[in-house]
Amino acid sequence: MAVAEDKTERLPGWNRPRQVEPDGEGELLEVAMGPHHPSTHGVFRMDVALDGERVIRLKPVFGYLHRNHEKIAEGAGYLASMPFTDRLDYMCPLTNNWAYALAVEKLTGQEVPERAEYLRVILGELTRVVNHSSAIGFLIQEMGASGTPLMYAFKQREKILDLFEALTGARMMVNYMRFGGCRVDATPAWLAGVRKVLDGLPQFADEFENLLRGNEILMARTQGVGILRPELAVNAGVTGPMLRASGVNYDIRKVDGYGIYNRFKFRVPLGEHFDVYDRFMIRMLEMRESFGIIDQALKDIPGGPVMDPKAKIRGFRPKPGEAYGRIEAPKGELGFYLISDGSPNPYRYRIRPPSLINLTILEDMCMGVNVADVVLIFGSVDIVLGEVDR
Amino acid sequence: MKTVEEIKAAIEAAVPGAGLEVVSNPSVSGQHSLLMEPRRAVEIATFLRDDAGLALDFLSNATGVDWPDKEISEKVKVTRTVMRPVDGVETPVEETVEETRKRIVPGCLEAVYHLYSVEKKQGPVVIRMKTVNRSDQVQLPSLTSIWRSAEFQEREIFDLFGIVFTGHPDLRRLLMWDEFKDHPMRRDYVEPDDFEYEPTAHDEVLKRAQEHRAKVQGLGAKS
Repeated sequence: MAVAEDKTERLPGWNRPRQVEPDGEGELLEVAMGPHHPSTHGVFRMDVALDGERVIRLKPVFGYLHRNHEKIAEGAGYLASMPFTDRLDYMCPLTNNWAYALAVEKLTGQEVPERAEYLRVILGELTRVVNHSSAIGFLIQEMGASGTPLMYAFKQREKILDLFEALTGARMMVNYMRFGGCRVDATPAWLAGVRKVLDGLPQFADEFENLLRGNEILMARTQGVGILRPELAVNAGVTGPMLRASGVNYDIRKVDGYGIYNRFKFRVPLGEHFDVYDRFMIRMLEMRESFGIIDQALKDIPGGPVMDPKAKIRGFRPKPGEAYGRIEAPKGELGFYLISDGSPNPYRYRIRPPSLINLTILEDMCMGVNVADVVLIFGSVDIVLGEVDR
Repeated sequence: MKTVEEIKAAIEAAVPGAGLEVVSNPSVSGQHSLLMEPRRAVEIATFLRDDAGLALDFLSNATGVDWPDKEISEKVKVTRTVMRPVDGVETPVEETVEETRKRIVPGCLEAVYHLYSVEKKQGPVVIRMKTVNRSDQVQLPSLTSIWRSAEFQEREIFDLFGIVFTGHPDLRRLLMWDEFKDHPMRRDYVEPDDFEYEPTAHDEVLKRAQEHRAKVQGLGAKS
């Protein structure tokens, strides 16, 4: 299969990828990494042109998982799209649900009861723990430690998925949030279960962090690799742990304060060296901050309904208008842009996928590095193809 | 954070002759937007990014929207002079008749950008651009040179809606394969007739697959 030709105009500009000249005289070796590849986090292809081991050109190619979610939503309706949002970032279904519910609530002005907000925070932060620990586990696996460190992360993930199943009925594709609250209330026994899992998490985090900190191979391979400067990160629309690892203090939970996040005390870790190692340490530190948030939420969760009593489930017709709602999903800024024309189906339903936009500067970060580093840099972007392709 | 009217005034002060219009948003979200004319869009965008007060350095979302042609039928009062027999003599008489006229309001494609400021932690500022029509004049200026995050998003709008962004460094399809024809997210998109790969068709798909096979067999019988 022919590798995509490089039809890019090499425009001048500080935010354009820099040119790397090959220093040999032979031909460039064109390699298609993917779509069947154990390390590409899904069906994803990178057309890489190599001069020996160095990357001269890298073009990401995706669309293999394009399921036309946006057009289906135009036909299916608002509520029917909620289960489809589970399948966007399939590692973190609850935050996808939350982002969509938030966008619709912005459009209609519905109010969410307090107990539902606390449940959303608890589930969102548990999802963040799942995502960040899996991301780190997959990194170590891609470096060659085949499977065992990932299973440390998956052991905790299993406990959290059991909690999701007990509450929502499904481990992953939960379909839990609704416009105006949550689908099902949590019992005191469930909250006690969260407390039990939470008590075991700091010790897991310490064990896991030792894998990152104490491992010379990991440190040698990730420190100084894949540097992304903060100005370029902001201009390229990078969000999430990748942006904070580039030293930019922008966490949507603090900036927008959506939901009830302004009630919780948590810190935002920032990176200093802007490399792959920073990105993983940021995820580690954010995981620890999430433990604190879940702890505070469990202490303060009030009683009450979990669904806005005035919310209409059937015959849901928001008034004409548009709204853009966004949350700090574990991968970055997940936003939904909805245009309503007064009918039961959205006129335009757009998902702003953090994984796709974080891939914009993949080429920049991989210019001139060895092929072995491309896998690590790509892993540090932490993408999920369900979100990139929708 | 300035209101939309204040931002409009600031842009008009800095970029004279910028054709701007406030598009108000009837929903509760209050996210009103600015409709820009494409000819000055790059200068307006540069101002929005570099201005010290706004500092909109972060393009969060770039979307395409399809507004198809609308057929409007309106009742129009038409006054005409006609010859009518009055007292047996044909004389010109003014007559007022109500007619129903149908006209087509041409549709357009639209690109909507959501801007935020990471430096000043403010936003969103929504700007929009419309193409002239949906068929041949579908060019809009690309904002990729100002905000790099538009690169993949404008490619996706080109792929799914068909807006051609002039000045984009690498405008090719993003999600569909390169040889794909047509633009899937348009409202009048018709799926191609390719049922050879449908193993277990049912309901409407079965009906269309049977029609397709009958057509192919009919063609085969003729040739």
